[in-house]
Amino acid sequence: MVLVFAESQKGNFKKTAFEAVTYGYKTAQVLGTECVALALGTAHNAADLGLYGASKVLHVADAALDQFDSQVYAKVIAEASQQVGANVIVLSHTSTGKSIHGRLAARLSAGSVAGVNSIPTADGGFKVKKGVFSGKAIAEYEIKSEVKVLSVMGNSLQPAVVGSAAAVETLSIAVPASRVKVKSVSRIEGIVPLPEAELVVSAGRGMKGPENWGIVEDLANVLGATTACSRPVADVHWRPHHEHVGQTGIAIRPNLYIAIGISGAIQHLAGVNNSKTIVVINKDPEAPFFKAADYGVVGDLFEVVPKLTEAFKKFKAAE
Amino acid sequence: MKILVCVSKTPDTTTKIAFNASNTELDGNGVQYIMNPYDEWYALVRALELKEALGGTVTLINVGPADNDQVIRKGLAIGADDAVRIDMNPPSALNVAFQIAEHARAESYDLILLGKETIDYNGSEIGAMVAEYLDLPFVSYATKLDTSDGKTATIQRDIEGGVEEVEVDTPFVLSAAKGLAEQRIPNMKGIMMAKSKALKVLAPAAFEDKAVTVQYTLPPAKSAVKMIAPENMEELVKLLHEEAKVI
Repeated sequence: MVLVFAESQKGNFKKTAFEAVTYGYKTAQVLGTECVALALGTAHNAADLGLYGASKVLHVADAALDQFDSQVYAKVIAEASQQVGANVIVLSHTSTGKSIHGRLAARLSAGSVAGVNSIPTADGGFKVKKGVFSGKAIAEYEIKSEVKVLSVMGNSLQPAVVGSAAAVETLSIAVPASRVKVKSVSRIEGIVPLPEAELVVSAGRGMKGPENWGIVEDLANVLGATTACSRPVADVHWRPHHEHVGQTGIAIRPNLYIAIGISGAIQHLAGVNNSKTIVVINKDPEAPFFKAADYGVVGDLFEVVPKLTEAFKKFKAAE
Repeated sequence: MKILVCVSKTPDTTTKIAFNASNTELDGNGVQYIMNPYDEWYALVRALELKEALGGTVTLINVGPADNDQVIRKGLAIGADDAVRIDMNPPSALNVAFQIAEHARAESYDLILLGKETIDYNGSEIGAMVAEYLDLPFVSYATKLDTSDGKTATIQRDIEGGVEEVEVDTPFVLSAAKGLAEQRIPNMKGIMMAKSKALKVLAPAAFEDKAVTVQYTLPPAKSAVKMIAPENMEELVKLLHEEAKVI
């Protein structure tokens, strides 16, 4: 059986969880088995996980699980997987999932692959792939242990509705005390976080100063996109640190990445080159970013970006 | 504080990547290797800052072949006191973590630090694995780590779309993200001193690998960029809708 740990935020399951369940469902089909979802702590819409292929949802309802601790979560997920006899455990490759993933592998003596981006194959061994070396290669792994742990790279597959609301069954597992005390949690409200964003508008040094960001925000607003920036811009505090995408910042893989006034240093590309479609707007036709782009515009961004915003407005109005 | 910093050797991001004839291993010829930046810039430097403030020792550990000594010596030049290398070419992350845990168990470190991930495989697994093997708390993606007594630490960590602040008692394992410290460049004195610092080479403990790489492939070639005239943004929107189908 494939067990999917479905992440929620304040009890709400969203795209990240639906992707993981879709991945678990497709993996279960390859293995000829069923896919079961696991929800921990407060869970409001857990039954929705059935839409994406979970045959049922197991719910450990203890309120202590509303605070995250990788050690507690790994113990509870490992216990659940043993109770139901899971051979494959699927997590999301998010900060939460990544903090648990290695623990589960060590705890269950399980082979693991972190950040998989395709469905496993099972002919002649259990094999699965992920992108490595900043997207410059794909590595295929074989997992030989009976229990396997996988974390799914965000946006590597689209959640697909294949079923109906699932029954939610309470699973009783003793939740151990946490040794990590959570003092505060602050989330930026009202925007889609970058790792989950499907549309991202990003800008760099070509903007010349933080006071010029209005045109970037206008474009993002029209599209419903999340804003991002390059490292130099975050380093000089033109934009907040949490907007920095690239190798040392956040790695993203949206459907659309619009890069404005960013030259495309390899360290930047390493964090964004898994985007499905890349648009580069730069006044320098020699900017290395054009080599990684799908669509390019050579021009003065202060003229091009407002024009693009207008064009999107017209498109939205006509839709 | 007695601190262990796990350091990894990775190909530089800018290096060209090629594989052997059977596509089963990275071809190391001409590859430029560096210390994994998250290990070096953030984990190691914060460890040194804590040592400077509170006293103690900073030990490096690396699981890898003799070629890795160059990277380990750099860590010693930056300021670590001594180093351990587990002599093997590790086939899996779990094996690496197992070897680190075997060493650490006997040494009772107050703190085990490492980067949030390596820049080649980006698996982010080792810290959690080491913590699990040692039954220790694990705090990941730390951007701030403060402790005044070396016993209780306050940590800020990146979470999806926000920041969390936690408190935890030593010993624990922590993975370092950007912000935890500032990169230090080794000076001549450090480089000279590093030559005489102890680098202990240990044989690995027996471990059966559970997940191994079977093959590498190159991603499909990206089709050439389509250039759009700057005055024709309607065309770009149309292409994004009809051709790329992303809006």
